[in-house]
Amino acid sequence: MAKELIKGNTAVAEAALRAGLEAYFGYPITPQTELLEHLSARMPEIGRPFVQAESELGAINMVYGAACTGKRVMTSSSSPGVSLMMEGLSYIAGTEVPAVLVDVVRGGPGLGNIAPAQGDYNQIVHGGGHGDYHMLVLAPASVQEAVDLTVLAFDLAEKYRNLVAVLMDGSIGQMMEPAELPPFQPLKTDIPDWAVRGTGGGENRVLTSINLDPPAQEVMNLRLMKRWQEIEKNEVRYKGYYLEDAEYVVVGFGTAGRISLSAVRAAREQGIKVGLLRPITLAPFPKDVLDELTEKAKAFLVVEMNAGQMLEDVRLVVRGRKPVEFFGRMGGVVPYPDEVLTEIERLVDGPLTTEGHPRDRWLARLSETIG
Amino acid sequence: MVMTDVPAKIVYERPEALDPRVTHYCPGCTHGVAHRLVAEVLDEMGETGNTIGVASVGCSVFAYNYFNIDFVEAAHGRAPAMATGIKRVYPDRTVFTYQGDGDLASIGMGEIVGAASRGEGITVIFINNANYGMTGGQMAPTTLPGQKTSSSPTGRDTKRQGYPIQTAEMLSTLEGSSYIVRRSLHSSREIRRAKQAIRTAFEVQKHGLGFSLVELLSTCPTNWGMSAAGARDWLEERMLPFYPLGDYKISPAVAELKI
Repeated sequence: MAKELIKGNTAVAEAALRAGLEAYFGYPITPQTELLEHLSARMPEIGRPFVQAESELGAINMVYGAACTGKRVMTSSSSPGVSLMMEGLSYIAGTEVPAVLVDVVRGGPGLGNIAPAQGDYNQIVHGGGHGDYHMLVLAPASVQEAVDLTVLAFDLAEKYRNLVAVLMDGSIGQMMEPAELPPFQPLKTDIPDWAVRGTGGGENRVLTSINLDPPAQEVMNLRLMKRWQEIEKNEVRYKGYYLEDAEYVVVGFGTAGRISLSAVRAAREQGIKVGLLRPITLAPFPKDVLDELTEKAKAFLVVEMNAGQMLEDVRLVVRGRKPVEFFGRMGGVVPYPDEVLTEIERLVDGPLTTEGHPRDRWLARLSETIG
Repeated sequence: MVMTDVPAKIVYERPEALDPRVTHYCPGCTHGVAHRLVAEVLDEMGETGNTIGVASVGCSVFAYNYFNIDFVEAAHGRAPAMATGIKRVYPDRTVFTYQGDGDLASIGMGEIVGAASRGEGITVIFINNANYGMTGGQMAPTTLPGQKTSSSPTGRDTKRQGYPIQTAEMLSTLEGSSYIVRRSLHSSREIRRAKQAIRTAFEVQKHGLGFSLVELLSTCPTNWGMSAAGARDWLEERMLPFYPLGDYKISPAVAELKI
């Protein structure tokens, strides 16, 4: 299929539909709305359910119900809407049914604004909902990658009976880029054995997240954690750029990773041996490659569009063995490549330390800049 | 022994849709009656093997243990949303929610109004016993003015705690709702009438006529602090005046329905 110029939100919507999305439930919120709008036209056109719910609570619980039938289902939203969905996400995780969530992230906290941000890292990667569960989290850095990861999301959700989130900065949702859409997949015809379908005669199935017997609940918890270990073993994805001889390593995902790549290239032109590690799966986090890089690199620079949420996961792997610095913009402010380049140069010029917290140093510098 | 030639005929037995097990409900509680009515209706309609139920949060959280049909368990108040998701992907299945008053009329008000206004083709069995049963009898959106509960110990004061919600009346104002009625489970006569209403509600769904809800006034002797008989009397004397029984919405298409 030829590439076409297409907006991120629209591309993801069309990719999901072509991946065999059988039902969509959502609620309008900027900067995600084009996704819902596209499906509001396309799903009925091909005879599939589309429901604009009364709220994000409604939407995620419609997804929960439909997911219990084993069909391919999804919802999409943006940060405040996703906060509202946390209840449903926990229940879906607790019932072990597959579902896909697309979060087109905007500035926060609270209503914040509608500009691109990465402040949902913690609520998506480290829970948000109650109880012990993990979502598999995919973070695209381009419209094409958003398309490809959306298709992958459905396969992974079904493979592991696990929630999969596509964590997409508002910028990826809103920008237009050339992208190739996937071919049409037929709808699934097989119903998983566990799915409800309407069966009587003692063969009935029950899907629930309640288990009043603590030891039995603990067995379920253990099953979820073992499944997560399996996911950690099999599903780590990342992209490395100029890492072979890198003395300095920038770590950034999504839009921040993409902007950092421009800075890395500019630094390379200056002869700085710097590379980029761009995690594609934020959960499971690419720990092993980061651990290997810790052995080789002189120092790390973590770049995010938040106050250093992934930074903590990087620090857990680096464990003080090498200096880690941080650069972030918050509140919907998108960093320029020049700003990241300046940070790379600062890394090279030193002084570097493994003492203290990189966030404190960054906040001190930022305060001077933005007051 | 004198043999008669009158063949034995089973006139009363456990519905196929109902699992043969003892429920966790309190003596005198009408959940068991409501369960049985739903099960009888599904059997009589031949829908037992074609139904997916959605249990809610409250005393009926384990309703799925008592039915021989596929069930899912919703988060508190979200059963109509979950049922919507199921019904949209399985439009030919019978999908129903079974919800209490705290679940439906308080935390789940958004979901029930959304489902009713969309004319979602589901059936809602709504148990109104004027308090939160499972958590030990707190004030519910349906608690009557002056009614003592564990969180309105001196009686519901309408100046501070407002007024109860008349759910059937409220939902009947929505164009999307097709069949909205209130019945009671306090006497044999009313139980028979309740069953007819439940049958009609499921027929509305089977005929694709839209959203149906049967509100069932129910007793909660344990939390009301009464005997089973006393609770039935209290329902009749106190609840009926505030929650009149009746048909609140019969859409023109439903009115033409022949059962």
